[in-house]
Amino acid sequence: MASQPNSIQPDDQRIVISGVGLAAPNGNNLAEYRAALLAGKSGVTKYEIRYVGETLAGVCTFDALRYQSKKDLRRGTRAGSVGIYCANEAIRDAGLDWAATSKAPVNKARVGIYLGVTEHGNVETENEIYLLKGYDYDTSYWSHHHNPRTVANNPAGEVALNAGVTGPHYTIGAACAAGNAGLIQGAQMLRLGDCDLALAGGVSESIHTFGIFASFKSQGALASHDDPTKASRPFDKDRNGIVVAEGGCVFVLERLTDARARGARVYGELAGYAINTDATDFVLPNPDRQAECVELALARAGLRPDQIDIVSTHATGTGQGDAQECDALRRVFAGSQKTYFNNTKSFIGHAMGAAGALELAGNLPAFDDGVCHATINVDELDPECALTTLVTREPRHIGRVDTILNNSFGMLGINSVVIIKRL
Amino acid sequence: MTNAEIREEVLEILSDIAPDEDLSNLEDATPFREQLELDSMDFLDIVMELRKRHRIQIPEEEYKQLASMASTVAYLEPRMKELVRK
Repeated sequence: MASQPNSIQPDDQRIVISGVGLAAPNGNNLAEYRAALLAGKSGVTKYEIRYVGETLAGVCTFDALRYQSKKDLRRGTRAGSVGIYCANEAIRDAGLDWAATSKAPVNKARVGIYLGVTEHGNVETENEIYLLKGYDYDTSYWSHHHNPRTVANNPAGEVALNAGVTGPHYTIGAACAAGNAGLIQGAQMLRLGDCDLALAGGVSESIHTFGIFASFKSQGALASHDDPTKASRPFDKDRNGIVVAEGGCVFVLERLTDARARGARVYGELAGYAINTDATDFVLPNPDRQAECVELALARAGLRPDQIDIVSTHATGTGQGDAQECDALRRVFAGSQKTYFNNTKSFIGHAMGAAGALELAGNLPAFDDGVCHATINVDELDPECALTTLVTREPRHIGRVDTILNNSFGMLGINSVVIIKRL
Repeated sequence: MTNAEIREEVLEILSDIAPDEDLSNLEDATPFREQLELDSMDFLDIVMELRKRHRIQIPEEEYKQLASMASTVAYLEPRMKELVRK
């Protein structure tokens, strides 16, 4: 049985976003990131990694030592560090009393941490094997840090350690749908009463594993371009693959009743969501299931397609993937002239487990400024990717924005859709 | 290596393992744990770094010899005196 639309949920079942913390290749907080998206500023640069050599990536420049000691930074993982930075920024942004200096401190036993990851542990395993080679594969040189760094809950666990959270923490492995999946998990746990506050989103350390680059290259899906800033080009006729990126985005989620009680600023309400599965291929998408996923999220939100103002697309810059998502979107939004489409990967590349959360975050300010950020690098639109209201080149003022729909899809046929509405 | 050089080597390892600590006033006779924030994983790091940098294998039952700088240098002296500091 489908769950009830959010519009008729009691307030203590309605979930809102009240804080955003992020690390993107083109911005270290929401204001910087949004400014970069509106200015057409890419975060893709030249990048070199062992065995693969020179390639391209979305590289973050956040100050990891802002919230971590040098020792914790050394002991942990890049994904953990990204998560710690984003979570602390989100806590600060939400105006929460984390240090318990007021009469309304955060009860850290009632905080849950739910971070989406595409993969985890590859970075450390590759590094250890590389170092072990120097010791003729004598495993007595294998690091005792390997297991705590590679357990799948590591990024969320490092956040919990850093922030003193004693409620539940875990990661959600959902390929490149993970950023949305983390947010959805947080909302579900709030509705179940498992926590009173959720730190939810996604993180990516994927640029530090050569395997992900090599695998995309072997698959014919790794982007290349003389100008790094033009390499990530979803929907363009000359797109030639994915630019891998690192990054993260953590949202503070609360029940509407709790957010109102503490007078929190609210970015938007989770109006609806859906996750489904293609069950057709390891890597190739299925537009039938994608369309069904979007429709299910709309039904749960109690919204028609023509009531969606912005669709943040998943498109990664691969030949087939982009065209198939557009096929799915044309089916669902055929009757809507006021739904605008954009793509954030064209700026930052594919931030893997963080992608869904980062791409949603970059669009949230549209509730305030009425602007749909552009899709850059669409020099010649591929006819197969034609969407009549695709915003390219320059951001567009589209008037009042009440709803944003965020697509995020991943390998093994996982699809996820999140709809956020103005409160 | 002389004992002074062994001490320098251990100090270098400590500065990598505990980069936030001020090691300039480290008292050699006092246990590390009374002066520095070191846990069991950090001690394993000391063992691992001695193994990686100097190929010294320390049996688990002898880890307690690494409690302080003085005891560490005394323990390492016969194992490192033939080594040349790089």
